[in-house]
Amino acid sequence: MYQYDELDQAFVDQRVAEFRDQTRRHLAGELSEEEFRPLRLRNGLYIQRHAPMLRIAIPYGLLSVRQLRKLAEITRRYDRGYGHFSTRQNLQLNWPALADVPEILAELATVQMHAIQTSGNCVRNVTADHLAGIAADEVDDPRPYCEIIRQWATLHPEFTYLPRKFKIAVTGAAADRAASEVHDVGLHLRRDAGGALGFRVLVGGGLGRAPMIGQVIREFLPVSELLAYLDAILRVYNRQGRRDNIHKARIKILVKALGIERFRDLVEAEWRAQGAAAPQLPPEEVERVRAFFRPQPYEALTDMDVTLAREPRFKAWYRYNTRAHRVPGYRAVFVSLKAHGAAPGDMSAAQMEGLAQLAERVSFGLVRATHNQNLLLADVRQRDLYGVWLELERLALAMPNVGTLTDMIACPGLDFCSLANAGTLDVARQIQERFDDLDYLYDLGEIELKMSGCMNACGHHHVGHIGILGVDKHGQEWYQISLGGSANGFTALGEVIGPSVPKAEVAATLERILEAYRAVRLEDERFIDTVQRLGLKPFKERAYAPHPAAA
Amino acid sequence: MRHILRQREWQADSWRYLGENILEGDAVVVPLAELRAAREHWWAWSGRLGARLAPVDRVEELSELLPRLDLIAVEFPTPGEGRGYSHGRLLRERLGFRGELRAVGDGVRQDQVFLLARCGFDAIELAAGEDPQAARRALNRYDVAYQPGAAQVSVRRQRFFAL
Repeated sequence: MYQYDELDQAFVDQRVAEFRDQTRRHLAGELSEEEFRPLRLRNGLYIQRHAPMLRIAIPYGLLSVRQLRKLAEITRRYDRGYGHFSTRQNLQLNWPALADVPEILAELATVQMHAIQTSGNCVRNVTADHLAGIAADEVDDPRPYCEIIRQWATLHPEFTYLPRKFKIAVTGAAADRAASEVHDVGLHLRRDAGGALGFRVLVGGGLGRAPMIGQVIREFLPVSELLAYLDAILRVYNRQGRRDNIHKARIKILVKALGIERFRDLVEAEWRAQGAAAPQLPPEEVERVRAFFRPQPYEALTDMDVTLAREPRFKAWYRYNTRAHRVPGYRAVFVSLKAHGAAPGDMSAAQMEGLAQLAERVSFGLVRATHNQNLLLADVRQRDLYGVWLELERLALAMPNVGTLTDMIACPGLDFCSLANAGTLDVARQIQERFDDLDYLYDLGEIELKMSGCMNACGHHHVGHIGILGVDKHGQEWYQISLGGSANGFTALGEVIGPSVPKAEVAATLERILEAYRAVRLEDERFIDTVQRLGLKPFKERAYAPHPAAA
Repeated sequence: MRHILRQREWQADSWRYLGENILEGDAVVVPLAELRAAREHWWAWSGRLGARLAPVDRVEELSELLPRLDLIAVEFPTPGEGRGYSHGRLLRERLGFRGELRAVGDGVRQDQVFLLARCGFDAIELAAGEDPQAARRALNRYDVAYQPGAAQVSVRRQRFFAL
């Protein structure tokens, strides 16, 4: 993985010193809460319902065991012994004390980590496909480009005070596993006819109040032009994006207002006009960064059947929680943070430490955070899988439900977040309880359930096969259900099936929808494919059947 | 008396803003709208001339006036207002403005000074109540940077360069 050089280390150290001084000024009354807010946000610090929340960046999801141990240590010393992995490859601490945050950031800097620009109206943590570098369908590893973008975006002098937040995702694979089409900018690595590497560039995707799918602004951008082109996009946005209404300030609104053709013309004109001021990305710099992401020293192995004569629970785990690896004899292993009875994405310090020890032994000392709020051991020898499973079982990280209904995404909701309108964690628990039978879950097959506690859509409900949105109705928590969304493989926005349902009815409503699916599906047809084939009608009819009065 | 942070020193301001007490021959800063409305008058003004840009103004509209201008003041009404940073870079890098580029307004705080300098601002008028010595020190808050930037603050190491 990337290792900081002296510049990177000096930068994060100086950033910590700056934030220490800003925090001191705030606590001394020299900076009001209003003045301190944009400064703390740009260092990942929110003030939430009960306490501050610190969002730590895990750039493109990659963590060394040293970093994971440091995170465990920080959650023990400064928080309540656990952390929450978000959908954008960040780790959130829910209970730090404001006065401790500079010290936490200093601790992070000792292991080449930070919380810079994980919040605020600036370029956020750059995310990537969690199977980067090991997927067979990949043109090139996206992570070196993520690292280059991370550096370019860090305290960018012109783009630190944008109209609104700005999220970039990069993928090198045929299948989009990074939700790149619902990002402000999505970059798809590809090769041109001559074999040269570049990017297809999408712009204007995003969730939130006005969900939109990104549109292609450029079919092929040479790697050398990456930073110049991003500068051009950001400059057009910085100058012309709306600042009068927070709900209309994302780049997607500007792209929609101008139309993609007009927006493209502006960006291309800006790009051509840069001249000598354009930031260069020389091949030597690309190579310098790429060298940190060379393939691991894999052994020459052959694929084997590891499930032979093993117990059914291991077989289920193998089937659901492991994925193909491009190198024979290896497998990628999901570390499930979706145990029934636990909040999706939560992980205790003991689990972090146990996983660090395991990763050190079996996966080159690296762990990845995924978009789906799980972790991943990317490079496990197939012959080690049984032992890995036993250890993950011991750590309660082997729930064999990856890709199924209860592998749901959920934001922290009303329990923690001051923006939320409704709880998500208790609804998650309700769903886990109702769908606790694994055979039933497996029969339902691949389903992506995504839940947000408000319109801001941190739980990506628009792009769930099943989306759940918490709404506030006269002080009560109700839930709107949508079907047919997707961000995995193809991108589509879900459609609301009808009136929202009260909290106690969410899991039962899902069950009726899924029973309708079981009744009408063709052989082996996935839920999303049935919804695509038949539309909402058969599900609408059944979802409310026993409760026609639901408002 | 207004003070301006220039070349790492706080200096008394020799400019007058339109609306202040102005005498023949004074160096005057005039909002872009007024400059456009009374172009001939201001072009023939007896002293040095400056323009004042609001966030919504387009710097491109200044281009034909640039030879007459010795100063451009860019407004930052709040700390979160970011358009002025683009104004600054465009004026320096694209329009080749070599005169004084001054950041003004309630958004000009010590925590903005480093970014402003990297975008080509060589003169800072702090918001009321800001600590001038802290703002001067803030120019040295970082001695490394990733992006190309103006020479108002020198960094000892930088990752990406322009041509």
